[in-house]
Amino acid sequence: MSVPAELHYTQEHEWVSIEGDTASIGITDYAAQALGDVVYVSTPEVGASVTAGEPCGEVESTKSVSDLYSPLDGEVTEVNSELDDNPGLVNAEPYGSGWIFRVRVADGASGITAQPGLLSPTEYEELTKSAG
Amino acid sequence: MESKDTRDTPLRAVHERLGATMTDFAGWLMPLRYGSETAEHNAVRSDAALFDLSHMGEIAVTGPDAGAALDYALVGWLSRLAPGRARYTMLCAPDGGVLDDLVVYRQAEDRYLVVANASNTEVVLRELNERVTSAPGAGRGCTVADETADTGLIAVQGPNGSSRLAPLTSLDLSGIKYYAGAYGSVAGRRAWVARTGYTGEDGFEIFCAPQDAEHIWEALSDSSSLPAAGLASRDTLRLEAGMPLYGNELGPDVTPYEAGVGRIVKLDKPGDFVGREALAARAAEGPRSSLIGLVASSRRVPRHGYAVLSGDGTQVGTVTSGAPSPTLGAPIAMAYVAPRAEGPFGIDVRGKTEPASVTELPFYHRKGK
Repeated sequence: MSVPAELHYTQEHEWVSIEGDTASIGITDYAAQALGDVVYVSTPEVGASVTAGEPCGEVESTKSVSDLYSPLDGEVTEVNSELDDNPGLVNAEPYGSGWIFRVRVADGASGITAQPGLLSPTEYEELTKSAG
Repeated sequence: MESKDTRDTPLRAVHERLGATMTDFAGWLMPLRYGSETAEHNAVRSDAALFDLSHMGEIAVTGPDAGAALDYALVGWLSRLAPGRARYTMLCAPDGGVLDDLVVYRQAEDRYLVVANASNTEVVLRELNERVTSAPGAGRGCTVADETADTGLIAVQGPNGSSRLAPLTSLDLSGIKYYAGAYGSVAGRRAWVARTGYTGEDGFEIFCAPQDAEHIWEALSDSSSLPAAGLASRDTLRLEAGMPLYGNELGPDVTPYEAGVGRIVKLDKPGDFVGREALAARAAEGPRSSLIGLVASSRRVPRHGYAVLSGDGTQVGTVTSGAPSPTLGAPIAMAYVAPRAEGPFGIDVRGKTEPASVTELPFYHRKGK
């Protein structure tokens, strides 16, 4: 299970990659492995405003369905349309081609690092260990 | 997920070597998947794969009165079963409710092997013990013994299962018909080999001594290059095949008639059996709900417990099992609906109604059947 050092993480097993005022979001390797084969990802609409900690989509796998949460307040600027035909990218490359959506953060770049809910890689690894 | 209270199958070390994701299933530590459950599912549909089913309960009912005792204890007519043949049957409560669904093998004139779901093995064992002693005139010449801990069970399932198993067994597999079995050897070890399964494909189930399970598994895996498949794929395979699962389609609140398998209740067999009166009444009045197959037109998957809605939005039933079907490429579900409910139906998938079309079960027929 990989937890790349350059990313931020959430309690809901998402990763966040920050460039300027935009955050790319996906689910972690740990989450993808726990779900099993992902068969459908319902993403928020481009232009939709999302709120940190609130559901904005769904990830369906063979055995279960999980809510997709936005880790940040902001506006959806892009969704990964590749997932429509190939949802298995979430399993194959959860931190790469399996990314799910991008958000322009409401308070700009300064708002991102101030987000209280984000976990460091070390904190996230602890979380997955305690989850067993 | 792993707890000290779970039981290990004789193949635990094999699953660990294969890097399986393990799960607690009915008190057993079982392989959920080895890699992609979809790939495992597809391997069974197109080729063949191996399953560890050692968690299943094996209960031997032996003695000259064993057949008569099972006729009283179960809904089927087991005394009429020829040695070497198998039957799908059920253990029902006096009110007709299903306590477990079973496969019963008549392994010899005086020996039956009752295979129960892992979650129900204790119930089946207790009920069989009680019922064989209370069976009219059948109490003495019959013994019930739990052989679960003394049995390893490996399934080879898939269209190429027979050709992969053939070089490793002393048995002429073409002589074993569907729902039949024989004693023989597999990879040099004694086994009961039966042409049964829970995937909707041709295949065999190999009952062996637990200490032989790893040897047989490795032989099948090495010389026949059979991949392993876990419980996740087993569930989607059986769902596509329209096979009911205890706890989903089957339980004490339904009789075999609701589940669409009323044919297994042998009301014409002589003598009394547990549940006869209630089941005869249900047969006469008709089932109280119907088990139907649904194919969703959206990609959102109906799951166990979701409401089935009629056109005007009233709930007319409940989903019992649902999954994305790898073979159909769409979400499928089984559901109980009111007997005269007519489609089009919708399914309340977490607050939003998704249309679904009714389809005849099973969703999948294997080629040539």
